[in-house]
Amino acid sequence: MADRRYTKTHEWVTVDGKTVTVGITDYAQSQLGDVVFLELPSPGRTLGVRESFGVVESVKAASDLYSPVAGKVSAVNEKLSAKPELVNSDPYGDGWIMKLELTGELPPDLLDEAEYKKVTEAGAH
Amino acid sequence: MVDFGGWELPQQYTSIRNEHLAVRKVAGLFDISHMGRLVVEGPGAEASLQWLMTNDLAPLAPGHAMYTLMCKEDGGAIDDLVVYRESKDRFLVVVNAANRAKDTAWMQEHLAGSATIEDHTKDMSLIAFQGPRAHELLPKGSSKTDDIPYFGFRAGKVAGESALISRTGYTGEDGFELFVDSGGVGEVWDAILAAGKAQGVLPAGLGARDATRLEAALRLYGNDMDETVNPYEAGLGWTVKLGKPDFIGRDALAKVKAEGARRSLVGMRTEPGSIPRHGAAVSHDGHHVGTVTSGTHSFFLGHPIALAMVEGPSFRVGERVTIEVRGREAPADVVKLPFYRGSARSAVAPAKP
Repeated sequence: MADRRYTKTHEWVTVDGKTVTVGITDYAQSQLGDVVFLELPSPGRTLGVRESFGVVESVKAASDLYSPVAGKVSAVNEKLSAKPELVNSDPYGDGWIMKLELTGELPPDLLDEAEYKKVTEAGAH
Repeated sequence: MVDFGGWELPQQYTSIRNEHLAVRKVAGLFDISHMGRLVVEGPGAEASLQWLMTNDLAPLAPGHAMYTLMCKEDGGAIDDLVVYRESKDRFLVVVNAANRAKDTAWMQEHLAGSATIEDHTKDMSLIAFQGPRAHELLPKGSSKTDDIPYFGFRAGKVAGESALISRTGYTGEDGFELFVDSGGVGEVWDAILAAGKAQGVLPAGLGARDATRLEAALRLYGNDMDETVNPYEAGLGWTVKLGKPDFIGRDALAKVKAEGARRSLVGMRTEPGSIPRHGAAVSHDGHHVGTVTSGTHSFFLGHPIALAMVEGPSFRVGERVTIEVRGREAPADVVKLPFYRGSARSAVAPAKP
């Protein structure tokens, strides 16, 4: 998926017109371990860039989720309430977290795959 | 990998959830070689351990093990450990990884007569094969285990290697802790996994170990108790035998028992998604009443569970408290311990008359 972009806080986005799909990266899920719960925003909520929109709770820890873009929440992945483990097993597919209707432009500081890889390599022990 | 008492241990091999469920439904294999293994030996060994430990080791016959605490003079717990009697004058003592140096020094200081203590942590490895089907899934070349009772052990073979086979564990399930020469433990590990693979046996990491021990309400030293906590507060008063010959901490513990513990460790459950974490505040009617000592999401039970140290003995099963989770007050119910009773005790049925 060439068009996937990333944040330093380990979220990813794909863009289709004005619709942005958001999830957490494979690196993030592997660091979190088994996800047991996600606290997600209600559709209709407006989010700013880097605004905290929810929490992903794993066996190990609870981590905040940050919106990579500004927009209005149009959908959340309802499957995750019954199967939060989809975030682990398919972080870029069935484990997507929410969709937003983009307000304005994409932030310029989203990372491409190579740039994001550098972030994870710097963060690894 | 996480650092655990100076040992590098995997949080999970594949998935905490799958490893946890394997232990509950089939069997899982844990590398617990981080646990300290000390041999106390000599004519004064029993007297020394009787002086050091709160439990009464006198009735312990060779081939049997006992869970006990070791306390300071003021009754605070130095460690919780298992003492295995190999013969009249030889005991194997298994201690927590982080406490090995402290325990060894303390025991050394209080040895009586000609007893000696020797550290075998490095040359003798320890793996645990735990689960309701562990007893039927040992690999070829293993001794029969049918007649080893719960908390019994014996020298035998596992996958052709010499091993001390102990029917003990830290998961609430039936199964074995296997003491194997470090030179041969890799083969034993591989053989157990290969033999059980088709049935669903998995290697299990620290995450599954913590979840299963917590479901069984087995205490974790360093989380649920430390040197400021006495056995009665930890709900382990049954390991204190005030009637046995004098031991370190006896007077202080007799006083605690007479006056009643000021705090108690209780079990709690919360709604899915609200995982109580170590250190989280517990409140009742708006008042701070205690602190979570251990908490996790139980994949097996389907909701989070926690142990908390609360003031007074006043909390009853069914009472509603709140626990701070992610900055908010999450409702929690006081529940009976253990959260789950596994196959451990039922594994070896008493002989029919």
